[in-house]
Amino acid sequence: MEVDRKLLEHVAEVARLKLSEDEIMKFLPQLKELLEFFSQLKGIETGDAKPSFQPVELKNILREDKEGKCLSQDEALSLTEHKKDGYFKGPRAV
Amino acid sequence: MDTLNFIEKIKSGEIDIVEHTEKILEECRQINKEYGYLNTISENLALGQAKEIKKQLKSKDKKIKNKKLLGIAVSVKDAICVKDVETTAGSKILRGYKPLFDAFVIQRIKEEGGMIIGKTSQDEFGFGTFSINSAFGIPKNPFDRERSCGGSSGGAAGLSQKLKNHIALGESTGGSIATPSSFCGVYGLCPTYGRVSRHGLIDFSNSMDKIGPIGKTIEDVALLMDIIAGHDKNDSTSLNAKSEDYEKYLKKPIKGMKIGIIKEAFGQGVEREVEKNVYNGIEELEEEGAKAEEISLELPIKYGIPTYYMIATSEASTNLAKYCGMRYGASEKLEGSFNEYFTKVRSNNFGEEAKRRIILGTFARMAGYRDAFYLKAAKVRTLMINEYKKAFKKFDALVSPTSPMLPPKFSEIEKLTPLQHYLADVMTVSPNVAGLPHLNVPVGFEKNLPVGMLLIADHLQEGKLIQLGSAVEKGK
Repeated sequence: MEVDRKLLEHVAEVARLKLSEDEIMKFLPQLKELLEFFSQLKGIETGDAKPSFQPVELKNILREDKEGKCLSQDEALSLTEHKKDGYFKGPRAV
Repeated sequence: MDTLNFIEKIKSGEIDIVEHTEKILEECRQINKEYGYLNTISENLALGQAKEIKKQLKSKDKKIKNKKLLGIAVSVKDAICVKDVETTAGSKILRGYKPLFDAFVIQRIKEEGGMIIGKTSQDEFGFGTFSINSAFGIPKNPFDRERSCGGSSGGAAGLSQKLKNHIALGESTGGSIATPSSFCGVYGLCPTYGRVSRHGLIDFSNSMDKIGPIGKTIEDVALLMDIIAGHDKNDSTSLNAKSEDYEKYLKKPIKGMKIGIIKEAFGQGVEREVEKNVYNGIEELEEEGAKAEEISLELPIKYGIPTYYMIATSEASTNLAKYCGMRYGASEKLEGSFNEYFTKVRSNNFGEEAKRRIILGTFARMAGYRDAFYLKAAKVRTLMINEYKKAFKKFDALVSPTSPMLPPKFSEIEKLTPLQHYLADVMTVSPNVAGLPHLNVPVGFEKNLPVGMLLIADHLQEGKLIQLGSAVEKGK
């Protein structure tokens, strides 16, 4: 696996981050070192073990399909300056 | 004065709750000047609570006297939401965010008369071992200000050492309760995954995040654990387990309990002074009647770090996708397309370690790499859980040092690479990966710095940890 500048910039773009030139120079060797270290996982024989996405067994919890208490529209909008006519205002989509 | 005596004096009126609260808030301000443990001191909230308690104590309503935390100051790690109090999780991207609701644990503490005094400093979103990755204050070790408090609940552990009649709420994903507790010489209990509701906790890695108590004594830890543990319908991963009276374990003898000394956690890579003190702690357990013998647990110590970091960063990178400058937290001028706007907000406001982890996690989940990294780590996690479960058929608890090192100086930490940072978590990551409860027990001092011993128990066996921790405390 080749960890190069192109891959780093691609991953950053997927994560919606723009890295400065300084950050790229700093992160690149660090990521190479880290991913090489993490690659040792490949050497572990896991056989037919199933992946654990939770550490304990969990049961799906369903609630009754009833209306509950929630934030009012004003409350929900109170934490942003980007709003208009009772809605959140976002950047243009296209 | 111990906590229960103090609560009695508040109830009887011997201590005036309002005067006491004013005094504690002033103490917080003084401590904060030198040590930086609090991002926010919630003066209005605490004083409001104190006045309300005073009013109720004077009324004929006797219900107030049943409250288990009456008048006790509780500090809250900044990643836990407190209504109307700035909650940043140590990140610039949440500067100014005042939640519209209380986390489940905060509701419980308020119901029991605990007073919320402020939000403690931490690594950004919990990303760190030494509490240095913060957009705000960096907490300083209570025993030497040139050294780290440990992380990521550094402010919580430091304040627990310095402030009397106070208990802290910490949070751990990979060791963020145990490590700072060890570096600051206090008790810190990270509960079983799901034992304490995560409702209102700002996510880092949702299959590993746990809220737990940090206190100067094991009694304080048991008291707060009693209050915060339990099922919550607002957290879909909350365990529906029977509630427990954790305080009853404080006096239970430990004679006959079996302790497994994790063989791989001693020797190479562990500072000699740390090891010596942990062995002293094990001896104290044996003197109280516990039986200790060695056990080999290769997987957790050898592969804990890559397993943990692949799962934790993968989950973090998805959790942090919600910070896009739209509904709350930092925002920028609305211009450009969706992607341009989100990228600008995120690039300007996430700190360096947050960016590094987002990139690592995004990589580990990407097509072509997912099987080799994220999925592989999740399979190793299964093997690790099995290995622990096997050990718990024989042992009541497992023991290791909490950290391989004494609290390092900030000047030493600066020289570490990210990988060297991550390696410092070697003792704590695996119990977190497996969702196992674990407790830091202070066992001694070396060069005037505290050393901690880590006790790990099977799922939902927090009581045994309290029992063992209490035995060591008594032995001192």
